[in-house]
Amino acid sequence: MTIILFLLPALGLYLLFVLFPVIQAAHYSLFSWNGLQPLTDFVGIDNYTRALNSDVFTGAVLHNVFLIVLSLAIQIPFSLFLAVLLNRRFRGRAVFRLVFFLPYVLSEAITGVIFLLILQPGALLDTGVTAIGLGGSIPADGWLGDMNLVLITMFVIISWKYFGFHMILLLAGLQGIPREIEEAALIDGAGRWQAFRHITLPLLGPTLRVSVFLSMIGALQLFDLVWVMTGGGPVNASDTMATTMFKAGLKGQEMGYGSALAVILFMFALVLALAYQRLVLRRDIEGATTAFSG
Amino acid sequence: MTTTTVPVRADTKSSPKKRRTARLLRGRGFDVARYGVLTIVAAAILAPIAYAVLGGFMTNGQLVGNPVSLPSPWIFTNYTDVLFGENAGLFWRELLNSLIIAAVAVTMTVALASLAAFVFARMVFRGREAMSMLFTLGLLFPSAVAILPLYILVREVGLQGNLLGVALPQAAFGLPLTIIILRPFFKSIPVELEDAAKIDGCTTFGFFWRILLPLARPALATVTVLSIVGTWNAFMLPLILLNGQDQWTLPLGVMNFSTQYSSDAARILAFTVMAMIPAVLFYAVAERQIVSGLTSGSVKG
Repeated sequence: MTIILFLLPALGLYLLFVLFPVIQAAHYSLFSWNGLQPLTDFVGIDNYTRALNSDVFTGAVLHNVFLIVLSLAIQIPFSLFLAVLLNRRFRGRAVFRLVFFLPYVLSEAITGVIFLLILQPGALLDTGVTAIGLGGSIPADGWLGDMNLVLITMFVIISWKYFGFHMILLLAGLQGIPREIEEAALIDGAGRWQAFRHITLPLLGPTLRVSVFLSMIGALQLFDLVWVMTGGGPVNASDTMATTMFKAGLKGQEMGYGSALAVILFMFALVLALAYQRLVLRRDIEGATTAFSG
Repeated sequence: MTTTTVPVRADTKSSPKKRRTARLLRGRGFDVARYGVLTIVAAAILAPIAYAVLGGFMTNGQLVGNPVSLPSPWIFTNYTDVLFGENAGLFWRELLNSLIIAAVAVTMTVALASLAAFVFARMVFRGREAMSMLFTLGLLFPSAVAILPLYILVREVGLQGNLLGVALPQAAFGLPLTIIILRPFFKSIPVELEDAAKIDGCTTFGFFWRILLPLARPALATVTVLSIVGTWNAFMLPLILLNGQDQWTLPLGVMNFSTQYSSDAARILAFTVMAMIPAVLFYAVAERQIVSGLTSGSVKG
């Protein structure tokens, strides 16, 4: 009885506003529907075939994948590098940590608007680039207006906002590794890099994998920054799965099609999570919970 | 030369190799490079924020002509207009809306998640792990997936354009992480304590309310703080579920202000900086909780 009374409010809220809508999305995705009239025009999997044949949507999928790859190849190693630099007592360490993490608490809207102004033609970035003699590298259409550059610009801003978060995670992981283990390796004649590569990195594995997973999920659902800064443009060059879904559903009054895109996004996340669970997470979570209760 | 058994420091003079080892252990020689790299990165983080703050004190002419300098002269009207000018009501309204949504959503998340985490942590019943897994699932998929049906749902229950229509889903999306963080904390409180309380005539709720929650105060502070950050910065949900400008939250207000006054960059910066202040102040006060919460939530699964 107590169980029911205690659990019901949370369960009810969660089922109503989180799980039920996800199931509804799967349902809506089988209809051609503008969101207003009765749900009668059943079209089977038409919305899905349309999505897979749409250059805009497949392009958006590729943009997400591109951002995931960049995050894993650049952002995570960079965060790890800074975490290593901070993993030692020295004067000013707390200040650096405070500064690096600061962007994480600013909203995407604020981040987006500030960078929008910095990147405008002739504004701060252009002035700075010209001042160091690289004025020729400024793209003619602007940093956000160039179709080939816009995603990279976006990635730099994402990194500005989120590397501190990953750095903090990795730093916590590093601090959980007893210093003596690495010292023992150094005494035995290992170089600093060797000790890092063969001792620290494997021991950091669980944290690193959590960081990688969160980074991938984040890049997969990217919406806010893109919406504030480019709205997906120029000409869909920075559209992500979430922005195409949003445009189809709410701007284009195509709830059925938009829901199909949502389901596809869900599938991506699910495959990612399952693969992750199977490959690595199970071990990590078990290790972590025993460490926690022990 | 039985160096293998002698402590390192005792014979640093004996060979270059030993000296190198000793140096590595002390970690000297890297400090200049370390400070150099860290300072450059810190500058890159702070530059955009400094630009926004200083830009708010400039004229648009100076912003375009000479952005890399201190304002000259210092203009205060951009900031004072945001707070006290003709359209200042909008800023205060948005601030209030953000506060209302955050207050409702955070209270609900923490209250409901505490109750649920209590059950998951301290009671044995059939289906407990399956149900707990159901909540964990919520962490794995992007909230964007639910957003279109949520729009329909909120419209159908008549909450569209109502701040409550944003706060409720927001609270629901906050549940998984909060439960996951609270559960092990609740579990770590000894059973003997509960038995003693029961013998003294305490009900289950009495134990939860008067003994367990006060003991778990650090954990509650952590989840509250995390929940505040998440709710305060939320963008997509309010964007879809609110319709008029008197319902907007600060993030929506910032975006809209920037499109509305697109030719007046200094003014946009002033507005954005003002909208940023609550989050920065909060960060200054609660940095420790935010960091420990995120690391315990993520590193420890």
